[in-house]
Amino acid sequence: MRDFWRRYRRNKGAVLGLVILFLVILMAILAPVLFPGSPWDMVSAPFMPPGEMGLLLGSDSLGRDVAAGIAHGARISLLVGAVSTLAALLIGVTLGAVAGYLGGFADDAVMRFTEFFQTIPSFVLAILLVAIFNPSISSVVFAIAVVSWPPVARVVRAEFLSLRSREFVQAAEVLGKSRLSIVLTDILPNALSPIVVLASLMVATAILLESALSFLGLGDPNLMTWGFLIGAGRSVIRLAWWMSVFPGIAIFLTVLALNLVGEGLSDALNPRLARQRGAA
Amino acid sequence: MSLLSVENLTVALPPGGDRPHAVEDITLTVDPGEILCVVGESGSGKSITANAVMGLLPRSLPVKTGRIRFEGQDLLDLTPEAMRRLRGARLAMIFQEPMTALNPLMRVGDQIAEALRVHGAGGDVARRVPELLAAVNLPDPAAIAKSHPFRLSGGQRQRVMIAMALALEPSLLIADEPTTALDVTAQMQILRLVREIQSRRGTGVLFITHDFGVVAEIADRVAVMQQGRIVEQGPAQTVLNRPQHPYTRSLIAAVPHGAPPERPAAGGETILRVANVVKTYRRGGWFGTSATVRAVHDADFTLAKGETLGVVGESGSGKSTLARCVVRLVEPETGEITFNGTNLRPLSRAAWKPYRQRIQMVFQDPYASLNPRRKVGETIAEGPITHGVPREVALDRARELLRLVQLDAGAMDRYPHEFSGGQRQRIGIARALAMEPELLIADEPVSALDVSVQAQVLALLAEIRQRLGLTMLFITHDLRVAAQVCDRIAVMQRGAIVEQGPTAQVFSSPQHPYTQQLLDSIPGRGWTPPDLSQAA
Amino acid sequence: MDPTKLIGFLLRRGLKAAIVVLAIVVCNFLLVHAAPGDPASVIAGQSGAADPLFLEQLRKQFGLDQPLYVQLWVYLKSVLTLDLGFSHRQQMPVASLILDRLPATLLLTGAAFVFAIVTGVTLGALAARRVGRWADSLITIIALTFYATPLFWVGLMLVLLFSVWLEWLPSFGMSSVGVELHGMAAVLDVAKHLLLPALTLGLFYLAVYARLTRATMLEVADQDFVKTARAKGVPEGRILRAHVLRNALLPVITFAGIQAGQLIGGSILVETVFAWPGIGRLAFDALLARDYPVLLGVFFCTSVMVVLFNLVTDLLYAVVDPRVEVSG
Repeated sequence: MRDFWRRYRRNKGAVLGLVILFLVILMAILAPVLFPGSPWDMVSAPFMPPGEMGLLLGSDSLGRDVAAGIAHGARISLLVGAVSTLAALLIGVTLGAVAGYLGGFADDAVMRFTEFFQTIPSFVLAILLVAIFNPSISSVVFAIAVVSWPPVARVVRAEFLSLRSREFVQAAEVLGKSRLSIVLTDILPNALSPIVVLASLMVATAILLESALSFLGLGDPNLMTWGFLIGAGRSVIRLAWWMSVFPGIAIFLTVLALNLVGEGLSDALNPRLARQRGAA
Repeated sequence: MSLLSVENLTVALPPGGDRPHAVEDITLTVDPGEILCVVGESGSGKSITANAVMGLLPRSLPVKTGRIRFEGQDLLDLTPEAMRRLRGARLAMIFQEPMTALNPLMRVGDQIAEALRVHGAGGDVARRVPELLAAVNLPDPAAIAKSHPFRLSGGQRQRVMIAMALALEPSLLIADEPTTALDVTAQMQILRLVREIQSRRGTGVLFITHDFGVVAEIADRVAVMQQGRIVEQGPAQTVLNRPQHPYTRSLIAAVPHGAPPERPAAGGETILRVANVVKTYRRGGWFGTSATVRAVHDADFTLAKGETLGVVGESGSGKSTLARCVVRLVEPETGEITFNGTNLRPLSRAAWKPYRQRIQMVFQDPYASLNPRRKVGETIAEGPITHGVPREVALDRARELLRLVQLDAGAMDRYPHEFSGGQRQRIGIARALAMEPELLIADEPVSALDVSVQAQVLALLAEIRQRLGLTMLFITHDLRVAAQVCDRIAVMQRGAIVEQGPTAQVFSSPQHPYTQQLLDSIPGRGWTPPDLSQAA
Repeated sequence: MDPTKLIGFLLRRGLKAAIVVLAIVVCNFLLVHAAPGDPASVIAGQSGAADPLFLEQLRKQFGLDQPLYVQLWVYLKSVLTLDLGFSHRQQMPVASLILDRLPATLLLTGAAFVFAIVTGVTLGALAARRVGRWADSLITIIALTFYATPLFWVGLMLVLLFSVWLEWLPSFGMSSVGVELHGMAAVLDVAKHLLLPALTLGLFYLAVYARLTRATMLEVADQDFVKTARAKGVPEGRILRAHVLRNALLPVITFAGIQAGQLIGGSILVETVFAWPGIGRLAFDALLARDYPVLLGVFFCTSVMVVLFNLVTDLLYAVVDPRVEVSG
């Protein structure tokens, strides 16, 4: 474990990413403390520029505090990102494991299914799903999970295929272990590294997807999210640029942090590949 | 005057390595028309020496001191551009892995033509390329020139590499283990080709290898490397038959003798009988072309209690597939695999479980045969625990087994990556023995190990076999190893056993032409390693 | 690649593509019936659902009181004859609505794709060539920045910078309103309007291709055949071009195929921000009005575009890599 942290620390970008991520999570947790009340409350005159009337980032078209919106919005973004990624992982890992380990017909069937899902434009499908099932936080999470699982299935299948013919797995077969026991105790622990790296990148993509959906007006109407703020600021961009700029910066920092952390994890878990990447 | 003269060359390793220098104080010479073999185990620095001569060392391995004189100039003094002009034209190199050494997207002929063009000899390409391919004994040079590398076998690709290297008639050819990844028959063809090049054109050859048989086959002079230094150097006959340095002596002592001793027939009851087994692989899906390969078809044999049967063949012969059929890692379509009277082939996965205790396997790759995330003690105890042995008892047995394979009990709590290749192979043997099997299948158990370690593991297997009365099925591609270890030998070619019989008989009077070809291809067959059991 | 093998390849891939399109149509069908509520009101869209006569007509047309498989067959038939339904809100067949806007989207996505791939691959190759030095770090940081910013926000920021503050470029539409332009002037006008949206859509994918190219070039540079080329005395420049780049482009081609769907999805966002008159904008308006026939039509159309694009990239890959025809 200590080795892992030592290798991780070597990538300065990854450390920066971890710090930013920590700060964002902190802001999300402390939102009700830093900005008590609901972000939907009107607290001042509309279109106040940043810095005036005690509002750090200005107010929007209805006099709501932009900074409060960003802080509370962090909770939604992180929550949606984490939950939808978890759901996508569940689907993807199961399908990928079945395809990779069983091979043959099961593999063919799962791969055709995965390829089909990767052909459909994922964003269009997400929009369609949220529109049809009425926008709410659960339909958003569902839609994101449904369009995000294919890359997981591919990666897991590739790992399982390669591990299945590895000699220590064959040795486990020869020892007489049950199939389930081999998958859980021999294959899965050794397939974890790429899944972990992929997971952090998926949370980033999920956050981008969620913000895009909210921007188009497909987010949960009761929740103030970063995408919603930008969407609301779009039509008055000439009057109040701060409504669009700051929430975007928040998204950018969070997604950047997650990407840096993902790369750091990848380098720490695969030192040989890191050298190839020109990183170490 | 020497063609190549390396003087006191020292190359540094990056900090944190197991020694400060990759190679230290290396001095060697190659004369025109002579073959110098540089021998050593992995990590000895022989490749680094070769790369230093060619100017191909990475930036992380700087040259600290020394001179490399070639055709009168010091290569280390040259500018990168001047060195580039020499590479390929005056001195050329061929590498170990033929499967990845050629650009997969360029036709073979174009790659050879490129060598000519970058040195200004592009005018003659249409004539020269087929000429060069014919000179390395490739059939149908015109067709090969138009092919892409993936259509050629390993041996053919290596010959293309040689043709490319010789395109501009260099005076020095450096060969970095060019035959290690090839089958033994392909290896012999390449070795003969190298000797022909040397005698016909007077090319000097620096040939790197780890195999003393190869040294005996082609070397004029030998340099032995250990841990970055040259420990012994001299004419081949002298070093091979009267080695002075203790390291050289230990390496030669570890070479399998090649001459099988007379062994009494085992004469026990038959415990394994394999008959009519057929395994076919089909490639291609619904929409593509499909190809069928019969991996195993005519491979009947029997195994008596206490005896060791060697299954010998080159890659693609089906020997590994056959072994895997016996342990049900591969399921054949038809046939009988009779173990102590019971036909195992039609049994289900569940019905197989009790037989798992009686038939076990040792694998080839020590770096892939142990679960990297599990401690050694767990790995060894896992088998018995799966079959109902209480955990404490299994762990105790694991400790005993570690002692049996000559590893200390502290290994129980360590992870595989903390051990060397030879040690991991011992752990693999311990794991197989934990089940107390009657039949042990060893699939190329020493092929991935250095020569000195090989000898130790083979000795261990021999001792265990005797002590526990094991019956063994020993798969290998190395005839010399088979001769040393096996009572009987079965030779496989393209899925069929072409000849089988007692080892001494197969070696002294082979019947089948393929067996004869295999035996002829053993490098250095004419050389008998001296008996070094007494002190020098 | 000889002609007979080429035709065989096209037939095989074409068959596969046809099956995928079929599956998409079935998917559409399932979506309609998975939605909560009466399928007729879904097919009619929000505005059509308020019209009881229209609903009756739809019920008869789609046989909504018939068993499911009959409905599926009716739906399949209509889609395959390119009858994608009728938009009650716009009072026009969906197919003609889409065909009307398709050229604008193709122009936008085409321009963005070309920009992204040419610039991205060049920057990635440059970064790989100077790995570890400041050019590499700079390009990596730029790529990471564009990779992490949401598409729609980049569009808004560009509008803010170039339209609002600098007033250099127009911020919406495909051509200037109220002026009649011909010939070269018209082309330049469209180009001026195209610049910001294409840049917005392209910057994200530029980052993707730059990172991918850098990674694959570093990986290929490590491989044995590059060392062979060096041992032959091939100059570094030629090694990079003929050996490394050619091999590194293979994964880029594959990836371009995979990214096609994302590119088209991104055009929805960009067209919304810039009021670009393409099918993305059409989809957004349909979204607001819950005009499902149009949405489903856009879904079908974009999927077919992706399938066709994938066919092209597969073909390109097979032409470039001689190993492909062998494995079928």
